[in-house]
Amino acid sequence: MTYIKPKFRHPELPKNDLGYVKSDYEGAISTLCAGCGHDSISAAIVQSCFELSIEPHRLAKLSGIGCSSKTPTYFLSNSHGFNSVHGRMPSIATGANMANRDLIYLGVSGDGDSASIGMGQFVHAIRKNVNMVYIVMNNGCYGLTKGQNSATTDLGGFSKAGGLNHYPAIDLVSLAIEMGATFVGRSFSGDKNQLVPMIKAAIAHQGFALLDVVSPCVTFNNKAESTKSYDYVRAHLEATSTIDYVPEKEEITVSYEAGMSALVEMHDGSVIQLHKLAPNWDPRDRFSAVRRLQKAQANGEVLTGLLYIDPESKDMHELEQTVDVPLNSLREAELCPGSSVLERVNAEFR
Amino acid sequence: MKPTDITNPEYFHKVVDCQYACPAHTPVPEYIRLIAAERYTDAYMVNWESNVFPGILGRTCDRPCEPACRRGRVEDEPVAICRLKRVAADNKGEVKSLMPTAPKKKNGFKIALIGGGPASLTVARDLAPLGYEIHLYDEWDKAGGMMRTQIPSFRLPESVLDEEVNYVLDMGIHTHFNTYVSSMKKILEKDYDAIFVGTGAPKGRDLPDVEGRPEADKFVHLGIEWLASVAFGHRTTTSKKVIVLGGGNTAMDCCRTARRLGGEKVTVVVRSPFNDMKASPWEIEDAQREDIPILNNMPPKAFVVEGGKLKGMLFGKVAALYDENGKRSLVPTGEPDIFIEADEVLIAIGQDNSFPWIERDLGIKFGKWDLPVVDRTTFQSTLDRVFFGGDAAFGPENVITAVAHGHQAAISIDLFCRGESVYNRPAPMTNLISQKMGIHEWSYDSAVVEDLRYTVPHAEKQVALKDRKVEVELGFNTSVGFKEAQRCLNCDIQTIFNTSRCIECDACMDVCPTSCITFTANGTEDDLRKRLKAPANNTSQDLYVSGNLNTGRVMIKDEDVCLHCGLCAERCPTAAWDMQKYLYQVSKASPIWSISDL
Repeated sequence: MTYIKPKFRHPELPKNDLGYVKSDYEGAISTLCAGCGHDSISAAIVQSCFELSIEPHRLAKLSGIGCSSKTPTYFLSNSHGFNSVHGRMPSIATGANMANRDLIYLGVSGDGDSASIGMGQFVHAIRKNVNMVYIVMNNGCYGLTKGQNSATTDLGGFSKAGGLNHYPAIDLVSLAIEMGATFVGRSFSGDKNQLVPMIKAAIAHQGFALLDVVSPCVTFNNKAESTKSYDYVRAHLEATSTIDYVPEKEEITVSYEAGMSALVEMHDGSVIQLHKLAPNWDPRDRFSAVRRLQKAQANGEVLTGLLYIDPESKDMHELEQTVDVPLNSLREAELCPGSSVLERVNAEFR
Repeated sequence: MKPTDITNPEYFHKVVDCQYACPAHTPVPEYIRLIAAERYTDAYMVNWESNVFPGILGRTCDRPCEPACRRGRVEDEPVAICRLKRVAADNKGEVKSLMPTAPKKKNGFKIALIGGGPASLTVARDLAPLGYEIHLYDEWDKAGGMMRTQIPSFRLPESVLDEEVNYVLDMGIHTHFNTYVSSMKKILEKDYDAIFVGTGAPKGRDLPDVEGRPEADKFVHLGIEWLASVAFGHRTTTSKKVIVLGGGNTAMDCCRTARRLGGEKVTVVVRSPFNDMKASPWEIEDAQREDIPILNNMPPKAFVVEGGKLKGMLFGKVAALYDENGKRSLVPTGEPDIFIEADEVLIAIGQDNSFPWIERDLGIKFGKWDLPVVDRTTFQSTLDRVFFGGDAAFGPENVITAVAHGHQAAISIDLFCRGESVYNRPAPMTNLISQKMGIHEWSYDSAVVEDLRYTVPHAEKQVALKDRKVEVELGFNTSVGFKEAQRCLNCDIQTIFNTSRCIECDACMDVCPTSCITFTANGTEDDLRKRLKAPANNTSQDLYVSGNLNTGRVMIKDEDVCLHCGLCAERCPTAAWDMQKYLYQVSKASPIWSISDL
């Protein structure tokens, strides 16, 4: 009996700008069910961080409770990590981000963690525009506790044990757009060609970036009629656009016919190039995004791609006018500026 | 690319690199697993079935399997396959009762084997159990051929040789020792139904045109003849200063033997660069370890004889230049000649076939370099009842090649005697069985260990150099043998992909440690090799291509550095991947020996 990932790697693996190979971004071997969509998302995160040449120590991965929240163990072993109480990851991320704005914050959550127990936390992190990537591995069931219906289970759907779901599903992307999220996308664990550039763009976004990733639960919710199954998603996949993420120093090489392409310049100088698959739609226009989403929902389509982005996004640090550097780099001189400064501050209140 | 046809027995055979590279196609991973399971007798028999001389080959094989070993492509060194074979031979129990025996009732056919080396003995092993009456002729008083006359005892103890030769001879072979066959015509006149020639390449090359060669004759010996005279005890001493000419394994055997017979200053001189030497690297290392300098780029110019005694040899200095086609030429550097003192010179610069005893009017055609015209598949000569094998067929090779020839020649002889076409070759025996036992449980040890290759202990130099019969390599003990066996990647446990079961969840692609698996749009092979997850630059390794999947993509697996760890199958939710053991055995004239639970 064995379940050990060998240490040998392909001898000709490509290296990124830091000289790392992709395996330098891997984690421990997954203990999730074989074929779990979450593992594909983990692999897409590994791929994205490798391609972006992120120094592993510059990233913090945070999660709550659930199958999704186990995954940080399975990627980026050399990065920081925090596994919080159920549904409380957004608070931890907010606090960490306040303390050290220099790290990249990657939150991983699930439909239970975000749409049920952590809903309050989730919407407030959106509202505050915390600068983080928030990935929801959305499988439409409580996989870790044997597949009960969750808040994103289809209305009228059945759990594997036979329980009928009487309640409408919460659509996290619509909710996020409603709450003023500045970057909202949806993708599918089985489509890395789309998912990887979306993760990269989400990392580049300055502010809260939600990626709702449909991730089939092979054990409890991969029935053909479930909107979260491999078969259903593949049959009803409707993408808003194909997306290329172009880092700052690279040239844009793909060109599309006029009117079908949109370039979105990101805060860090990189560019997202969208190839729109439907005209009359603009990812920078919140109304058109909502309309498009509702239309897809009515047609039973799984609309994927970048749904909405606000390139002018102001994150919480900007709104709060916080200090420019991580708190741990502040020394005594800055923290205790002396009695004359105290006098001046006190004087303001007189 | 078209979907891979895995029903073609050669597809998975090629994935088992070691077995594929072995001329006799010994099921290497199979016996290595048996060694790890301490089933040495079974491991020995799997070998014996395939290569007849496991104990001998476990010490002396040229090991074409090792450079082929997949392990050498993911880390520094291949598995010590040859040394593991020896572990099986050294630790086996009683094996003779497991071997086939010759039936009392003969089938009425009589076969003559000319030469008692590995090729002939293999033919005897394969035909005797079928009831053939076999007559073996050899000029020496024992069988074994070059294994006895050319491989020194410090590499191959006589007891090991005798044991394995006797397993064959004890099958009721009629031996005609001390009988030099001087006329094929006379053999043909006897009532043999078929004749197999396994006389090797018995003629050592000389340097007749080098100045002083006739005058020095008394002090100059041909390597293979000199080794034979040592092996049979006709020669027990040598001079103090010896020059050995040549860079092959015979030269290495000569210099090391000379060290044991009293040679104090033994020097090997090769005319070409050190890196071009034909000797196996480990043989060169062993010679150097015994304080034998190897001088390179020095072609011989003259034997220097004074007063009827050899004083030494004169050598020129050359440099090797390679043209754009890689063709080498040795160009004199203009440096002064070098004189090396010597009392004796051994010439070991190669050997040739020699058939002075085959009359040229018998219908046996000879072609280039005076080699017989022999069919590469059937080993039949132009005279239908005469077959050739081993070095005698196509020139000098090695023991394991001779064994492979012997098996095929035996099939031909059997077909020929039964009046069937010799081209009616039997297909290999193949078997493919799932290894799945449960969740995370396979019936093979799928964990990949990271141990580096273990080194084999050697006898102490002072002791070894005193006696040519003291074996230098001591072999692995069973515990090191186990550890080395665990380095084997089990390449015969194949990854089998079932297209219709795949739901394209990417789990296998994500988990594969060596990035072998890619799901992508189909294309030409050249195109695909460039756009897989890791570049597939080793074109000698195949791409395993699935049929079209639901999304229109295909699964492509680059076989090159697959560790056969089974993680793809572990992570597959629908068992679209399975690990299945592929056993490939070359068919023999006699039934294939197998153990029931293999």
